[in-house]
Amino acid sequence: MTGLQDCKSREKLVVVGAGMAATRFVEELTNRAPDRYDILVIGDEPRLAYNRVLLSSVLAGEMSVDDIELKPSQWWRAAGVEVLSGRKVVEINAAARRILLDKAESVDYSKIVLATGSRAARLPIEGADLPGVHVFRDVTDVEALSRLGREMRALVIGGGLLGLEAAYGLARRGVDVTLAHVMDRLMERQLDAAGADILRRLVEEKGVRVLLNANATRICGGGRVEKVEFADGRMIPVGAVIFAVGIHPNADLARQAGLDVGRGVKVDDALKTSEAGVFAIGECAEHRGVCYGLVEPAYEQGRVLAMRLAGQDASYGGSVVSTNLKVSGVRVFSAGDYLGEGDARRIVCKDPRMGIYRKLVVRDDRLVGAILVGDTNGGADILDLIRSGADISSQRDQLLFGAPMQEAA
Amino acid sequence: MLDEVLAPAPLESLHSSIAPVQATTTRSTCPYCGVGCGVLASANGADVIGDPAHPANFGRLCSKGSALGETLGLEGRLLYPMRRQSDGAFARVSWDAALDEAAEGFRRIVDKHGPDAVAVYLSGQLLTEDYYVANKLMKGFIGSANVDTNSRLCMASTVAGHKRAFGADVVPGCYEDLDEADLIVLVGSNAAWCHPVLFQRIMRNKEERGAKLVVIDTRRTPTAESADLFLQIAPGADQALFCGLLVYLAKVAAFDIDYIGRHTAGLRQALLAAQTIAPTIEATALSTGLREVDIASFFGWFAQTPRTVTCFSQGVNQSAQGADKVNAIINCHLATGRVGKPGASPFSLTGQPNAMGGREVGGLANSLAAHMGFEPANIDRVRRFWNAPRMATREGLKAVQMFDAVSRGDIKALWVVGTNPAASLPNANAARAALSKLELFIVSDNVASNDTINSGAHLLLPAQAWGEKNGAVTNSERRISRQRAFMPAPGEARADWAIFADVGRRMGFAGFDYLSSADVFREHAALSAFENNGTRAFDIGGLARLTDAEYDALEPAQWPIDESDGKGRARLFAEGGFFSPGGRAKFIALAKPTLATTLTRDFPLRLNTGRIRDQWHTMTRSGASPRLARHLPEPFVEIHPSDATDLGVDDGGFARVATPYGSCVLRAVITDRQPAGHIFAPIHWTDETAADARVGALVAPFVDPFSGQPESKATPAIVTPLRLARQGFLLSRNSITLPEGVWWARVAVANGYGYRVAADLSDDDWTDVIRAAAASEDVIHLIDETKDQFSGATFLGDRATLVWALSPVAQSWDLALELFARDRLDQSERLSLLSGRSGRQLTNDGPLVCSCFSIGQKQIEAAIQQGCRSALDVGKATRAGSNCGSCRPEIQRLIKISLAAESAMDLARADKTSMKEGASDETVGF
Repeated sequence: MTGLQDCKSREKLVVVGAGMAATRFVEELTNRAPDRYDILVIGDEPRLAYNRVLLSSVLAGEMSVDDIELKPSQWWRAAGVEVLSGRKVVEINAAARRILLDKAESVDYSKIVLATGSRAARLPIEGADLPGVHVFRDVTDVEALSRLGREMRALVIGGGLLGLEAAYGLARRGVDVTLAHVMDRLMERQLDAAGADILRRLVEEKGVRVLLNANATRICGGGRVEKVEFADGRMIPVGAVIFAVGIHPNADLARQAGLDVGRGVKVDDALKTSEAGVFAIGECAEHRGVCYGLVEPAYEQGRVLAMRLAGQDASYGGSVVSTNLKVSGVRVFSAGDYLGEGDARRIVCKDPRMGIYRKLVVRDDRLVGAILVGDTNGGADILDLIRSGADISSQRDQLLFGAPMQEAA
Repeated sequence: MLDEVLAPAPLESLHSSIAPVQATTTRSTCPYCGVGCGVLASANGADVIGDPAHPANFGRLCSKGSALGETLGLEGRLLYPMRRQSDGAFARVSWDAALDEAAEGFRRIVDKHGPDAVAVYLSGQLLTEDYYVANKLMKGFIGSANVDTNSRLCMASTVAGHKRAFGADVVPGCYEDLDEADLIVLVGSNAAWCHPVLFQRIMRNKEERGAKLVVIDTRRTPTAESADLFLQIAPGADQALFCGLLVYLAKVAAFDIDYIGRHTAGLRQALLAAQTIAPTIEATALSTGLREVDIASFFGWFAQTPRTVTCFSQGVNQSAQGADKVNAIINCHLATGRVGKPGASPFSLTGQPNAMGGREVGGLANSLAAHMGFEPANIDRVRRFWNAPRMATREGLKAVQMFDAVSRGDIKALWVVGTNPAASLPNANAARAALSKLELFIVSDNVASNDTINSGAHLLLPAQAWGEKNGAVTNSERRISRQRAFMPAPGEARADWAIFADVGRRMGFAGFDYLSSADVFREHAALSAFENNGTRAFDIGGLARLTDAEYDALEPAQWPIDESDGKGRARLFAEGGFFSPGGRAKFIALAKPTLATTLTRDFPLRLNTGRIRDQWHTMTRSGASPRLARHLPEPFVEIHPSDATDLGVDDGGFARVATPYGSCVLRAVITDRQPAGHIFAPIHWTDETAADARVGALVAPFVDPFSGQPESKATPAIVTPLRLARQGFLLSRNSITLPEGVWWARVAVANGYGYRVAADLSDDDWTDVIRAAAASEDVIHLIDETKDQFSGATFLGDRATLVWALSPVAQSWDLALELFARDRLDQSERLSLLSGRSGRQLTNDGPLVCSCFSIGQKQIEAAIQQGCRSALDVGKATRAGSNCGSCRPEIQRLIKISLAAESAMDLARADKTSMKEGASDETVGF
């Protein structure tokens, strides 16, 4: 036993991971059951939890790292939560309800919550590990990217949310940025062709060169990134490459501990893993076959688990997610069945010159999906309606055009 | 600026409230209806306001007159003589070539086929001088009386009625009578819309002096809404009502025995005939479809009110018994001695600005000149005056007959001047077809394209338009006023009189060397006095020696103006002095009332035709005003709700209206303003302005035996519903050619054209239409699959250049019009074009009610909500109706509706079982 276990009057709860899911969970739990648990949070980043969603704003120079800290140290203290930053959990012994940390420390627990998040993926191509190849996941990555010089030519690979935010952030810093996307349109998992087309134009107006149908096959360079080769033979000279091609749930720890793991750590509607006393939330978890890569489901899971651990009745039935691209002046909102094929009816409003695209997908007078580009007013209401399945026949126009129309950024 | 001048001001104070007339301002006369209002026009015509000094209007103008400044553009103008080429297109020719061709063509055809093989068809829009030279050329030099005019369609029955009763075509009264009468009877007159300035005089009399207003009409018009007593009479039954009145007046001893004895003849036969037609109030009720109690009220009021004016208009004239209807009215006035006395007279309200001038000239097939007919002495007199080589010696062909003769090939050369008979004649498709048979077909006009020009005209002669031409017009009260030029004539446009004079000279005739319109006018005035000696009512000898400067400065004056004192006369016949033999007016024994046509199973409805408030004739001028276009932008047919149910026609849907003569597709307006069994369609649309709305083509060509005026208001018809998958509108900077199969109606809008459209086109075909019209890559659009609706707009810079909105149901275009008119649209306004919802800066005022101040229905309803309970209150609150006042009946109706709705709510609250249906189905416009 170690000195870390000094308060024996309360049940020991260990949270592995100190990101957004963990923070929200702890907050919810300490609000609901302030004295029930002796909580220890262990995070491998050398700082307190921060809002990862805002890293693109930090990269863009619009915010500082300090600005995005979720809770100050006083808060954690006041909540009676012990936080270990910059520490790694190397093993979970579920049978013994004990974890092993780096520096050979161990901690016994009564319950453990995995909130280990995910890590950025890299394409399995030649040169993917050359110096000058980056990902865009945490503060360290942002710090590295922030050091790229103005004269630098950077290539962002991946035209999803993360890639767009990285490319925009770099462009804001004066970096000469090209964004290469393997698909025929940006954000294809959130946008239809028309919406993506307007988004591409808006992004290009922000100074990002966009290459579509661009399948990067090789990163070349003698000791450092020099150029990137594409399947169609194109070759682009670059000084830096940033992969933004998706995420992998951090499930290795769980796998080693013998938990049931698919893409992520499998959990049920109670956020329980296959091991008694072990829970998982956030991007590392896999619920009903879905690993969410967004903060909202993580928060929802955190809230449900907190309620349960506080002795309340709650269960998690999955999330209807919306995507919000947060690039200044380029707003994108997407939710639900955004394509609306088959028997769905679409309502589309488009103003390419003003960079506005709004689409609602309606099935049987119920909203089932939406895309908003440029003017994302009313996105929250739209998401609520998709979730509630309420009859929207009387408010279609208002949904499409938003309430006061002057607000479009 | 204009708005300030037009702001509500009581009539009396207008003199003092208007700034002195500036040197750059020209006094002229409005070119629309027969009220003949004076206007003040600024140099470029940008501001046209009422002339406070003109006795016809004392500064007031109606919505049409107020919008004159918007109608002076050169869009669509005919600027040069044009000749049709072998490929069918027109090519410019010189005036020399054009005049030679006209003169030689007429000469050739007269030489070969005789003078009656040529004809001239004139217009009530022409100036007196134009009429005079055309009439002289035809009747004195070419030798044919085939000179007729669109006035034939308008007031010929009144001319016939006047001549039969008074021995001359004389309106006995004047406008002051409308101020001084205690009872005003409007028969077949929607004066609130068609003679708004006079109607407002009547309404002021009613408000200030308590005059009673009786309206007799088959339709519950806006005029009827203001009546103390509205008699919704069966079509064609007017003379039954006035026969019944004559009988009643005899019974209650309301006759003016002294007047009858000293100044009239023929009462006995007329009364006998009347007793056969309508011996009692009961019998009158049977013939007219009116309630006995209402007839009794009307008869009682008429009998008891010495100061009674009976005004009549197209509802009386446009009938195969129009002359009898006129005389039925005049009989009652003669019998009570109420002719030409202050506040007591029969009063014809004329439709056109110078129909009266044409009548004075004698520019009609059945008169020779200057109130002279074809009696040998008159022919000789005119021959001597004109020094004419080849006098017409008998009546020519009246309008409908004239086009029949064209169709038969008897008339081989026709010159149409300032009118559009291919649209406006009855059985207009037949008239149009006839025109293609002409050997020589000349059109003088302001416009380069209309239904008549496009019916095969060979030669187009550009005429000066209002504001460019200079001459005299006469209004409904015999008042001669000057139309004066305030703009240069564009291109090579010339005065109509000058064109006729040139052709006369080129045909080798002497007596056409006029130097100015003043020259022509002096000769016209001299002819009126020539060997007159009081034998002819029309005598303006007092104007025969005007200098050019005096002519230019001529103040409005009422004829007769003889040489004795040079002063005019407001009233005639109060002390007799009629122009019939013995100086006695004649009572006319009337024929039994009947319509020219009978209903059949195939055509079970009666089609009535008429006008709307803010358009004029075939819209050549009024159609250029965006403001006027907003009142009722589409051709429509009004149908009674029970008929609509039987026919399966929906309110706001489309209806094919067919008669034995033609068919149209019109928007259906379901309203109980229209009696069951009777439908109404306005006459204004042509192939220039709509896909399929030539209402003239529906009208039966049967005419009055005395006047030759057609019965335009009672054609048997059938209505069938038409369902079109999508409808909506297009707004475009440029005119658009729409494909076959698209129903459309075009109006002027600020910055371009507005098209109301409907069709069964596929999405792809609509897309093609829009793509063809689009002139920019900057496109926004809305596609709503849930409503099968799409709309969009294109832009050049910050201005919308094309706007479209199409859906299965009709939609308002008010907001789109407002945005389309702007030169700069911000982002939210761009999207407003799609959403149909205004942002913060805009308000959607609803359908336009007040044209003068652009006040919409919603603003008026808001004022009513805030407690306005009269049109006057609404006017004070919103300015609506405070200028021309022609929308006041509509405002009153909105007040009634909202009060009815309120009381229905109260009732409902008091007793839920007694909930009544509010009048919410009534809307202004659609």
